[in-house]
Amino acid sequence: MHIPTSNYKKRVALGVLFILLIVMVTSPLYAPRYTVILLTSIFMFIVLTVSWTVFSGPTGYVSLAPAAFFGVGVYASALLGFVFPLPVVILLGGISSSCLAVIVGALTLRLRGIYFVMFTFGLVELLLHFILWWEVNITGTTGRVVPTVGNTTVYYLMLGVLVIVILTAYLLNRSRYGLALQSIGECEEAAAHTGVHVTAMKISTFALSAFFMGAAGAIMATRWTYIDPRIAFNPVLSFLPVLMAIFGGTGQLYGPVIGAALFTYLEEFLITRFPYYYMLIFGFIMVFAILYLPEGLVGMIQKLWKRIGGAKHADS
Amino acid sequence: MPILEGMRVTKHFGGLAAVSNVDFHVEQGEVFGLIGPNGAGKTTLFNLISAVLSPKSGTIKFKGVDITGFKPYKICRMGVARTFQTVKVFPNMPVFQNVILGSYFGTLPRMSSRDASEKALEILEFVGLSRVKDTPAGDLTLANQKRLEVARAMATHPDLLLLDEIMAGLNPTEVAEAMEMVIRIHNRGITLIMIEHVMKAVMRLCDRIMVLHHGQKIAEGTPREIADSEKVIKVYLGEKSRA
Repeated sequence: MHIPTSNYKKRVALGVLFILLIVMVTSPLYAPRYTVILLTSIFMFIVLTVSWTVFSGPTGYVSLAPAAFFGVGVYASALLGFVFPLPVVILLGGISSSCLAVIVGALTLRLRGIYFVMFTFGLVELLLHFILWWEVNITGTTGRVVPTVGNTTVYYLMLGVLVIVILTAYLLNRSRYGLALQSIGECEEAAAHTGVHVTAMKISTFALSAFFMGAAGAIMATRWTYIDPRIAFNPVLSFLPVLMAIFGGTGQLYGPVIGAALFTYLEEFLITRFPYYYMLIFGFIMVFAILYLPEGLVGMIQKLWKRIGGAKHADS
Repeated sequence: MPILEGMRVTKHFGGLAAVSNVDFHVEQGEVFGLIGPNGAGKTTLFNLISAVLSPKSGTIKFKGVDITGFKPYKICRMGVARTFQTVKVFPNMPVFQNVILGSYFGTLPRMSSRDASEKALEILEFVGLSRVKDTPAGDLTLANQKRLEVARAMATHPDLLLLDEIMAGLNPTEVAEAMEMVIRIHNRGITLIMIEHVMKAVMRLCDRIMVLHHGQKIAEGTPREIADSEKVIKVYLGEKSRA
């Protein structure tokens, strides 16, 4: 604020963001099809990771429910895809996930620590098996067909959600509600006695984060054309956002973004280059990241930055 | 009308009556002391007033409104702020952020961030923490963390402030500073209820004192009356021959 360099930095950051956005918007025009599909996956994981961080980052409530909210979005797309236009379907997918989050949040957000983690993960399994049971016993078939819309449309829709989720996270972090969420993570009791409506804050933010996960699910379903409960409620989609957020670092907004982007790319790269060893290599990288990058990539970069900055001071 | 009034307030923990049938009233602008041996139910009474716990029976009225069964955030927004016996600052947040949270979510109608920030800075100045406003709260000394709790509570702009042993664990210089701070808070027109074991402070600062023992009120009165009460001396202050 009072240092001129920070204003300059801000302008550079905005410029870089703008160029990135232009590249992303125009890339389907010249990039190969494969790149567009890969970028869509990357966007999806950024959406999941950032929306996970919006709630779990400041509050410290580790949610393993992303797959549940994502799956609800997927099913919204399958059930409503032939009825409504796609944007409405995406909105409804998000809203359904939010509603689920409000119910689950009201029931479980008093649980702290491991209990909350277990419950949210249980939710994924519960929904998976409930819908599986329903489809087998009531509908008679396990799978469903989702109307497709083409890779480029999916790409742009996901990019749209990505931009909205990042903007939302940015504005929330800077607002008084971001501060309130952080205070809840640090000491819930004191936050309540400072006038923060802890329960309402937790539930509404949980629902907000679920909205974007549901929207992402509704979009991705159209790319898959065929879905069943095991595809929609894939537990991996609960773990990956958490790992990606840790990998990137949750302290800054760009942490989960970079984490998700690199992580998705890395996974793709390893699968294509080392189809037989990819899980093994991936595992080593994960262990390394957790052992040596406790604050994620962002933490490491900041540390390096400080060291370089410190060296400069030593010279002058 | 008293600003705070309790009628037959009772709270049990299992078979133990932590607070039983306590009547009390605190007048507007008063400094009200709450003393008693360890386990007498003082902090439990604070928790009942600030709605951490709800009483088994009895009612608590703030400014004439029955607040029994309200949620803590609501009590705070009505104008009752508190500090904690074991400090509960937000350790990883800078001092300034700890305080501004209070101005954002306290009793005053929705403030702009500029107003909230001004208010927070003013209060940091008031408690003497301006110099460390960018330090993470967890890095402060105990005395400063206690001041920070007071600052955070003050930022909510309360009419009634509950101070739970803000002088415990402080050295004599810090105690003197804390006493002086209490006087300045009082001069701002804020009604105070303080739990304190530092007798010198209680006797000097309080207009009236209530003594709890095993969850029951055994005495109430001016510091002079309390100091002279046979009953209080027996359970609390020790043998009279020494006094």
